[in-house]
Amino acid sequence: MLASGLRYARRNPNLVFGLFLLFVLLVFSVGGRFVVDVGNADPLSVSPEKPPSWLYPFGTDSQGRDLLAVMVAGTPLTLRIGVIAGVIGLGVGTTLAFVSAFYGGAVDAVIRSIVDISLTVPGLLVLILAAVFLKQGLTVDQMALIVALLAWRWPARTIRAQVLTLRERSWVQVAHMSGVGGLRIIFFELMPNLLPYLAASLVGAVASAILASIGLEALGLGPIDSPTLGMTIYWVIYYAALLHGYWWWWLPPIAIITILFVGLFNLAGGLDEIANPRLRKSV
Amino acid sequence: MRIDYVLKRVGMLLILVWVAATLNFFAPRLTGKDPVKQRLLKQAQVGGYVQKGMDEMAIEYDKKFGLDKPLWEQYTTYVGEMSTLNFGPSIANYPRTVDEIMSDALPWTIILLGTTTAIAFLLGSFLGAVLAWPRSPRFLQYLLPPLLTLSAIPYYLLGLVLLYVLAFRLPLFPSFGGYTPGSLPGFNFAFVVDAVEHAFLPALSIILASLGFWALGMRAMMVTLQGEDSMIFAEAKGLKDSTLFVRYAMRNALLPQTTALALALGEILSGAVLVEVVFGYPGIGSVLYNAIKDFDYYLIQGIVFTIVLSIGFMTLLVDLAYPLLDPRIRYGRS
Repeated sequence: MLASGLRYARRNPNLVFGLFLLFVLLVFSVGGRFVVDVGNADPLSVSPEKPPSWLYPFGTDSQGRDLLAVMVAGTPLTLRIGVIAGVIGLGVGTTLAFVSAFYGGAVDAVIRSIVDISLTVPGLLVLILAAVFLKQGLTVDQMALIVALLAWRWPARTIRAQVLTLRERSWVQVAHMSGVGGLRIIFFELMPNLLPYLAASLVGAVASAILASIGLEALGLGPIDSPTLGMTIYWVIYYAALLHGYWWWWLPPIAIITILFVGLFNLAGGLDEIANPRLRKSV
Repeated sequence: MRIDYVLKRVGMLLILVWVAATLNFFAPRLTGKDPVKQRLLKQAQVGGYVQKGMDEMAIEYDKKFGLDKPLWEQYTTYVGEMSTLNFGPSIANYPRTVDEIMSDALPWTIILLGTTTAIAFLLGSFLGAVLAWPRSPRFLQYLLPPLLTLSAIPYYLLGLVLLYVLAFRLPLFPSFGGYTPGSLPGFNFAFVVDAVEHAFLPALSIILASLGFWALGMRAMMVTLQGEDSMIFAEAKGLKDSTLFVRYAMRNALLPQTTALALALGEILSGAVLVEVVFGYPGIGSVLYNAIKDFDYYLIQGIVFTIVLSIGFMTLLVDLAYPLLDPRIRYGRS
């Protein structure tokens, strides 16, 4: 079991590398809580604008936050936004995809048009309109709900295509002719075969939800009193940290966001390879 | 190309306009927040100072969109004004209209985005093609991981890093704005050079961050093409390697890239909007950022609506151009 797992890991380095990077972030944000007081992620906790030192390894910002504490507290918050929005997006998208592919006809035409039209819309800008109205006192979870507003589009489109091909397979036809009900076919014949694909879609949805949330937050439309990664970017721009030479302020959030995205992309690529063995490299 | 397909696509665009205008109409009414009153309230909280002309504006807005008229009449006026791109006065910059502010900013964004998207698309596609070609130099393979990493970083964060390295550490490029303050925008040589210098870093961050996306798509397409009968036949005929590469592989692989272009336009634009904020570039993104800070709802709305519309329009153009590029595609009744 272990040996075959290792052999598989060698064949799918994307998956391993992605999991590794996400694991690093997990260790950082869980382990960090034992090292640093997360309460120092609030403004006015420590003396402001100090470069990295033994006491504050990541330095402090203009409002008196300990930036190590901000990163330790903020990384899980940003992930939380992504996961909530991603799960909702995948759920709604998958439901739409199944309804559309299974019932066909007019239902399919309507859903397909909605998805196609909405896909041409620049997501971030529409989310801006939604966020502007809720500007005051947004919480992290509300932020996730806003981002989830548009997270269903890609899953709906891609999963519909998958269901359409699966539906024609012989074992599904056999189940159908044996009089198995629609829901049973969906959950017992289609879903198990779609699982790796759904997992890859989920990772993709989480990544784009995080991207959207950071974009909104950088514009100042996020949970203003939470130390998420995007809000840190917002404060960096707001206080012109670059101009003042506070490199320790913007470097950690950018590094963590980069690790996060590279990790998620690799993971999605690795899962894609499981879902679609034809992608497997011959070398 | 069938005429019913064209009509269907144009119809989809019209639906998009209608849905966007309808949402814009109902959002303030559903949340019960009147943007003008909101702004007045905010100013009253800050201090006694009330922006001159606010009352006039409220009256003008009321007259135009008539809150005293029945709802359906308000709605039809509103959708009419929206679809002729008439967004009324800006709240924070009254009496300037949203249209005036946008037409000042749009050329900056269009030039920056048009150039960078074209460069990234061509360069990325070429890189991807070379990466997939079996007879390319081996060292090129090492380009792939950095390209992938760069494409994982959001545009504006890459912009922050470039700004620090190439404008503050090594003062090679100007750090802020679209031109040197004090110089008069105009079409003369000195100003164009100045503007290009200022646009260089924002452009570089957009190009670097989007290069990987195009390279990857092209690479995947080239790999699948290599097993095609036409390729094997062309090789068997003894055609030159360069002919195979350009005329047989690249030409066919570029087609799906065009579809990707239509789908990616919205995302590219969203990323570029934030790049402008980072660089203080005088385009539509910076205007949007300031509008959000000032809670200038009509300006925000105007910008979002215009961009949604133009992306929809460009997608339509790409879709309609596609069958002209690829004779195999014949949109018909399915």
